[in-house]
Amino acid sequence: MPDITDIADRHDAVCVIGAGASGLATIKNLREQGFDVDCYERETSVGGAWNWRHDRSPVYAGTQLISSRPLTEFPDFPMPDDWPDYPHHSQLLSYLERYSRHFALGEHIWFGTEVVAVTPVGDGRWDVTTQSTGGGGSSRIQRYSAVVVANGHNWSPKVVEHEGSDGFRGQVIHSSAYKDPAQLRGRKVLVVGAGNTGCDIAVEAAQQATTVWHSTRRGYWIAPKFVFGRPADQVNALMFKRRLPLRLRQWLYRQIVRITVGDATRFGLPAPDHHPYESHPIVNSQLVYYAGHGRILPVPDVARFDGASVELTDGRRVEPELVIMATGYLPRFEFLAPELLDQDADGRPDLHLHAFARRHPTLAVVGLVQADAGLLPLAHWQSVAVAKWLRLHATDPARAADVQRKESSRPLKTWTRRNVLPTSRHWFEVSHTSYLRVIDDLLTELEPAP
Amino acid sequence: MSSSQLRHDELVRFDDWTSPVPFVPREVRSVLPETDESLPPVLFVPGLGHGPWAFAEHWLQHTAGRGFPAHTLALRAEGDLRAYAHDVVQVAAALPRQVVLVGHGAGALIVARALGRYPARAAVLTAPVLDGWATLGAALRTNFAGTVPAFFGGRLRLSRRQLFSPDLPAEQADAYRQQLVAAGAKAQRELVRHPAPPKPVGAPPVLVVGSPDDRVVPRSSLDRTATRYGSAPLLFPGMGHDLMLDPGWQEPLDAILDWLTKELAR
Repeated sequence: MPDITDIADRHDAVCVIGAGASGLATIKNLREQGFDVDCYERETSVGGAWNWRHDRSPVYAGTQLISSRPLTEFPDFPMPDDWPDYPHHSQLLSYLERYSRHFALGEHIWFGTEVVAVTPVGDGRWDVTTQSTGGGGSSRIQRYSAVVVANGHNWSPKVVEHEGSDGFRGQVIHSSAYKDPAQLRGRKVLVVGAGNTGCDIAVEAAQQATTVWHSTRRGYWIAPKFVFGRPADQVNALMFKRRLPLRLRQWLYRQIVRITVGDATRFGLPAPDHHPYESHPIVNSQLVYYAGHGRILPVPDVARFDGASVELTDGRRVEPELVIMATGYLPRFEFLAPELLDQDADGRPDLHLHAFARRHPTLAVVGLVQADAGLLPLAHWQSVAVAKWLRLHATDPARAADVQRKESSRPLKTWTRRNVLPTSRHWFEVSHTSYLRVIDDLLTELEPAP
Repeated sequence: MSSSQLRHDELVRFDDWTSPVPFVPREVRSVLPETDESLPPVLFVPGLGHGPWAFAEHWLQHTAGRGFPAHTLALRAEGDLRAYAHDVVQVAAALPRQVVLVGHGAGALIVARALGRYPARAAVLTAPVLDGWATLGAALRTNFAGTVPAFFGGRLRLSRRQLFSPDLPAEQADAYRQQLVAAGAKAQRELVRHPAPPKPVGAPPVLVVGSPDDRVVPRSSLDRTATRYGSAPLLFPGMGHDLMLDPGWQEPLDAILDWLTKELAR
């Protein structure tokens, strides 16, 4: 370990952790506010989760977007308008690579370098310890004026323990290890989880596997990808444009699902146990189709594993050769002490606007939100707000303190979604329009004095 | 920047989310420098009635000659300001490096709008038609008969006197006028009535260039536009509205590229 005298002072520079979509937007927007930026990326290329070459990438060969182009692209760098409504994951990667090249972001990124510790120095500055990815070589400590964490939240699998899984004779993998339809071909497959990933993989399995069971704990509102010939999220945005109240939106949502999908319980899917807009939207046009063809067999939750079989909560037993646990992911910040982000015992951080550390004005997280739209636009505006906040904090501490006071009294209900299912899936759930309106408001407050 | 005259960032964009501008094939003309000097690409945006030919005449070559990749695009046949700005941003984002946007006439209005949607490396508004009522007043004074039909959805006819200085030979001026095409009725209306342009994202340097003898854009309007972007206009007396087709085309272009070179060094 290097001793304390080896700390290199980077003065006013800001450290960004991760060069995925959120990290890239953060570098660009910090640069626009005039900051020097050092970004550390553990992989050797940009793209984060969307780069299938990365060992932490959750994408598989067939991954397509579930939010449409206009609600997914960066607000200041559109995707090519001749791309389909829902691009393929490889298109998203090429888009991120082009974004990085266009704004010359690569020169600020240290590839193959992982951040192992971020510790507060006490004066608002941070010591960042880095080393070559995978250890080996010496570590290095550098001092920064601020740290922005953009390490993603879809890479650390949420493991659900089941009784008897150790002795199970079939293969059990987390959905993050599912990469290619060949893994499914000719096998009996059980897919656990009714999130977007679980539904998408169940559909892929329906095309490849001999038998597909799809186990879900509860029923969800499953919207088709296209409604009236338009991407579903664009129709949803129309309801927000007309400023329809929640009750009316919920009613319309039910009507639209009734007309387009119909009664999903007829196909053996469980009925939703909550109202529309109380869970993260599930968008899938093919689940019901394959259920209706008997290619997907909806089953209830897994009770326990037992030898070659899996026992379900209704007492039924199935004998899959492969179990894919699409149980989601949990955020992880192994380089930060939990109290810095006010993480609770479950690891859930408590951040203002899901972005600003409450007790550390020079620490922020970008991209830790879930919405009824793509993540990139939200990450962009978050990073603009973070960059402008850091600029104000550095140049006009008195006004920055005013803004902080005002922000701390902002009611939670203006930017969080209170009426959602109480699961880790919904820790960071926001409505993208309400969230953007709040960020808009913050940006106005952060304008430098005339 | 006098932000009061520019619209605040638009975070909530229902128009784009619920009815995105449809794709059309776009005509882009480019002249690339012989050696790559890593200078940013310059995208010239023509005004209503004009097309890539207006820049292909002199400006593209000269810009490339000074080391900048030079590009221009054609405005789509059926479109409004929103669609035109969309096309400009699409072409800019497809280029490998952050782009300098140069708009002429109504093209400057399109650029001003595109600046709210794309962080340009820098922007130049030449003979900008940003100030609709002043432009309309000038048009009625100089070319009453050619302007009035546009009120009723007819075609706006620009006269030789409006576009060119007396230095341009009449037959040349008429040859240029032959190439003018009709603009969409909605776009013509939007020249006069449109919301204030957005505050440029990424705060690029913005230069306003014009001529005090321009009969489309009055001098006072040039000043107002420059004030909006926090500067004073760079003036080229004796030139007509179509600076890029005027016999003195090289002087304003060199001034623009000199300014750009200085800004890039900052």
